[in-house]
Amino acid sequence: MKITEKEVRYVAELANLNLTDAEVQKFGHDLDQILEHIDKLNQVDTSGVEPMAQVLYDAEETATLRADLPVPPLGNAAALANAPQPGAGYFKVPKVIER
Amino acid sequence: MHLPSLTIEQVRAGLLGREFSAVELATEALRFAEAENDATNAYLRFSPERALASARKVDEKIAGGADPGALAGVPVAVKDVILTEGVTTTCGSKLLEHYVPPYDATAIVRLEQAGGVIIGKTNCDEFAMGSSNENSAYGPVRNPVALDRVPGGSSGGSAAAVAQGTAVVALGSDTGGSVRQPASFCGVVGVTPTYGRVSRYGLTAFASSLDHIGPLAKTVRDAAVLLRAIAGRDPADSTSAGAPVPDYTAALDGRVRGLKLGLPREYLNDLTSETGDLIARGVEVLKKLGCEVREMSLPSTEYAIASYYIIATAEASSNLARYDGVRYTFRSSHSDTLSDMYRNTRGEGFGPECKRRIMLGTYVLSAGYYDAYYLKAQKVRALIARDFAHAFQQVDAVVAPVSPFPAFRLGEKVNDPLAMYLSDIYTITGSLAGIPCMSVPCGKTAEGLPVGMQILTRHFDETTMFRLADAFEKAGGAS
Repeated sequence: MKITEKEVRYVAELANLNLTDAEVQKFGHDLDQILEHIDKLNQVDTSGVEPMAQVLYDAEETATLRADLPVPPLGNAAALANAPQPGAGYFKVPKVIER
Repeated sequence: MHLPSLTIEQVRAGLLGREFSAVELATEALRFAEAENDATNAYLRFSPERALASARKVDEKIAGGADPGALAGVPVAVKDVILTEGVTTTCGSKLLEHYVPPYDATAIVRLEQAGGVIIGKTNCDEFAMGSSNENSAYGPVRNPVALDRVPGGSSGGSAAAVAQGTAVVALGSDTGGSVRQPASFCGVVGVTPTYGRVSRYGLTAFASSLDHIGPLAKTVRDAAVLLRAIAGRDPADSTSAGAPVPDYTAALDGRVRGLKLGLPREYLNDLTSETGDLIARGVEVLKKLGCEVREMSLPSTEYAIASYYIIATAEASSNLARYDGVRYTFRSSHSDTLSDMYRNTRGEGFGPECKRRIMLGTYVLSAGYYDAYYLKAQKVRALIARDFAHAFQQVDAVVAPVSPFPAFRLGEKVNDPLAMYLSDIYTITGSLAGIPCMSVPCGKTAEGLPVGMQILTRHFDETTMFRLADAFEKAGGAS
């Protein structure tokens, strides 16, 4: 076993993911299998290898910069148009502070 | 006009020769696509108003003698992970069932500026996670070549739309093979350009260091024309590249004699016999065209799946954190506290594959595991990229299979996620390296199932890739 049921529940907490008991069992089993396969990486000697966080190619250092020009923003109404519960120009959520 | 076989060039000739108008073509494409959709479920939604508005503009330009653009009047299908202002974009997820984007992706803006006519949004695996299109919350897509089989994934709807001919070309997205594998399964051309070649502004993020937008088409030429229209630097995406975008069609001249091609032996071990035979015959065709093919090694290949499924899920777990019930339409209806709202919204909204990947990604990034998994995976990724860099010192392109097998039956692999992941082996390596790669039809099995040939080239050398694919296509592939 690479991962215990307790760890599965802990990871689900970290991910803010409510899982049913059946899902905990199922994903525990799946993750176990996948992590078993992933263990292959330990066979690879990576000493002295720089981690590759992104695809790199030759480009000027300023290549990722853009002109600093004002552009019209999306606007409040458009930004809120997909909100499940908009109100008074804001995204409303359940109460977090008790008065 | 015969829609199923129509190409970009034929659309242009038809419009300029006044055989049909762009509005007539769009109307017919919409009618045809809607009629075919019961059988395949390739489209989640049609966009007639937008299509007809675009078509009218093209007709006006032609009437006024102006250049109507490289994609004038061309019916295009767009994968439902690419944002279209005012047209619902679900990403194949229940979470976004009612999400109407407030802006267009840059690729969409450019496509329409070139005269393209978006007829609808195509089905896909939820948030582009899957290799069979069976992970869509709106039901699977059926492969138009064989309706009991999957179209591949995750851009299965886009590949099916092009294979049916309901769209002349389509946009897909590719993170680990999601354009090339469905292209191979459906017998069409699918291109993953160099990382950064096409702006991802407005592409719903899955794994940001791996995500690409790419074209699907019936011909190499059409794919090249579509890529050129959408490629190039975009100030809204700082990862988009400033490299000049050449006219790829100028390179489709058949001059492939003397090209040096590498055939990696690690890609030939696990093929079904029919796929192996077709690839071998395809290689013979390339030799007859005058290419020098040599066997070579990409030694880190066997570690690609492990590296990819750590990096991709880690990034996905972070990118999908935004679907928390606050901003994006869906919120669980029975939650009293904020934290319950997050947890229930995500628990009810995401399908099983997304949950599995969020769990794996969260696990590999969690305290104590970061070095062993994420950092290790990034180092192995560097070795895979190095393999290709070494290869391209000796060869101009690498040729390989796309998938170990042709399209499988619906339901055949849904219960074994690891087996499904392992089948991505030949497409994942190019994604990790960020190099251009594509699938071009190679031949068909005895049952008539298409098999694609993959071509991979140096960063930003889509030109050589298209030149070789075009010559291979014109030679009839291995059929």
